[in-house]
Amino acid sequence: MKRWIYILLLAVLWLIPQNSGASVAAQAEPASEAAAEESALTVEEPGIPVDVKEIIFGHLKDSYEWHIITVGEKEIAIYLPVILHSKETGWHFFMSDKLKQKGGYDGFYISETGNYTGKIVERDSMGMEVRPLDLSLTKVALGIVINSILLLVIVLSCAGWYRHHEPTDTPPRGFVGLFELVSVMIIDDVIRPAIGRDYRRFTPLLLSLFFFIFLSNLMGLVPIFPGGANVTGNIAVTLTLAITTFITVNVLGTKEYWKEILWPDVPVFLKCPVPLMPIIEFFGIFTKPFSLTVRLFANMTAGHSVILALTCVIFITANIGPLIGTPMSVVSIVFMIFMNCLELLVAYIQAYVFTMLSSMFIGMSRVRENDNESTK
Amino acid sequence: MDLLIPETGTIIWMLLAAGIVFFILMKWGFPMLTDMVDKRNDYIEKSLKAAKEANDRLAGIQAECDELLRETRQEQARIIKEANERRDGIIAEAETKARESAGKIVEDARSQIREERDEALRGIRRQVAEISVRIAEKVILKELSDRDGQTEMIDRMIDEVEAAERK
Repeated sequence: MKRWIYILLLAVLWLIPQNSGASVAAQAEPASEAAAEESALTVEEPGIPVDVKEIIFGHLKDSYEWHIITVGEKEIAIYLPVILHSKETGWHFFMSDKLKQKGGYDGFYISETGNYTGKIVERDSMGMEVRPLDLSLTKVALGIVINSILLLVIVLSCAGWYRHHEPTDTPPRGFVGLFELVSVMIIDDVIRPAIGRDYRRFTPLLLSLFFFIFLSNLMGLVPIFPGGANVTGNIAVTLTLAITTFITVNVLGTKEYWKEILWPDVPVFLKCPVPLMPIIEFFGIFTKPFSLTVRLFANMTAGHSVILALTCVIFITANIGPLIGTPMSVVSIVFMIFMNCLELLVAYIQAYVFTMLSSMFIGMSRVRENDNESTK
Repeated sequence: MDLLIPETGTIIWMLLAAGIVFFILMKWGFPMLTDMVDKRNDYIEKSLKAAKEANDRLAGIQAECDELLRETRQEQARIIKEANERRDGIIAEAETKARESAGKIVEDARSQIREERDEALRGIRRQVAEISVRIAEKVILKELSDRDGQTEMIDRMIDEVEAAERK
């Protein structure tokens, strides 16, 4: 019995390259027709190619509406408020469904080519395409707001438990217990060893960072409305989080921290005529938050991309034919379940790593004179 | 790659949201938790210390108890021994006293018997003397009718008295 299944599987796998090669040839012809189609994601009729790149980047990028599902021809989406400040016409406020009209709304439209593809632009008096100051509540911005509210609700409800209990009571159970467990683990494993002596001062900030990133990562894995916004896979978000660390590190850095940057403990010729080491150290100040920004962004983007690509496998193989489409869909779903589990892990690890590196940077900025002597 | 270019609008939204959220959480969220955890840790440490002390004290009390019990047993044994001794003493004393009083009673009875016998003897003697005197009177009354005989007898008596005095 088992042998027959193997033989069947081998036959299927052998068929794939042949058929896909044939379908590529078949797809070449109706490509122009497909380009006219707005969304290729939900098109299931065979013969129309699936634009994988477009699907993946469409989900990773920000948008002015929160697309939920397309039923037949009808799109169901949440249209979000657009807030713009144009240099010529001042402030504008309208809902994004108005942008669907032909020619845009009020002189604003979504650019389809050029530098500002997918962004709201207008034409200035010279007829050039320019971007107004765009403060729209986009999908990511709404995701930030939802995650923030959720985080506030979760943490403040847990804090409420502590408000109504004494230290002598039995420790919390259930969700509050889990929350405390994770918090204490982060404090004991990450914050205290990295910062040392005065770690208490930084725990609220670092725990806030950790839980914000962790919650946002998890919400990013939820496929439908309240989740699904690619918050931590947006570089503006990770940049802001890294700036929080950057400010904390450099504002609360000790005198010794600045001395190590401006007058490091190296032979004099490395720093006197040409301040080589100070320049390197000075760049170090900025590379640290930069690495934080890119690490979180790249990890989350990569994870989402892989899951989306695996989803696309279903539609690509369905186009080829039911014989390949069915088993490949099963394989793809198995892989997607695996990737989602992996992403759950990554969601935690990336939040952990961000907190750990922030703690280490803070710990490095809190050096004292005697610390150096003890390490020498 | 516009994915890599941070959007100004998103940064502003994020700064606003994160600023508010982090401020609230840093003020009213996490300090509650960390304070509680620190306090609980202190409490647990203190409780452990107290439990250890109590245990030590309990062990001390146990030892004290044993010591007390031992002492009590000794005391008990001592008291019983003493009581036995005293009982024996009392019995012995009572015996001697009883013997003494019995002896005394016997002595008294003897002396009384002796006295009574003496009394009886004295009574008998007196009666014998009286009887003798009476007999003597009768004899004397019969004798006194003879004058010579009287004189002779008086002389003899005087002689006898004198002889008795001389002796």
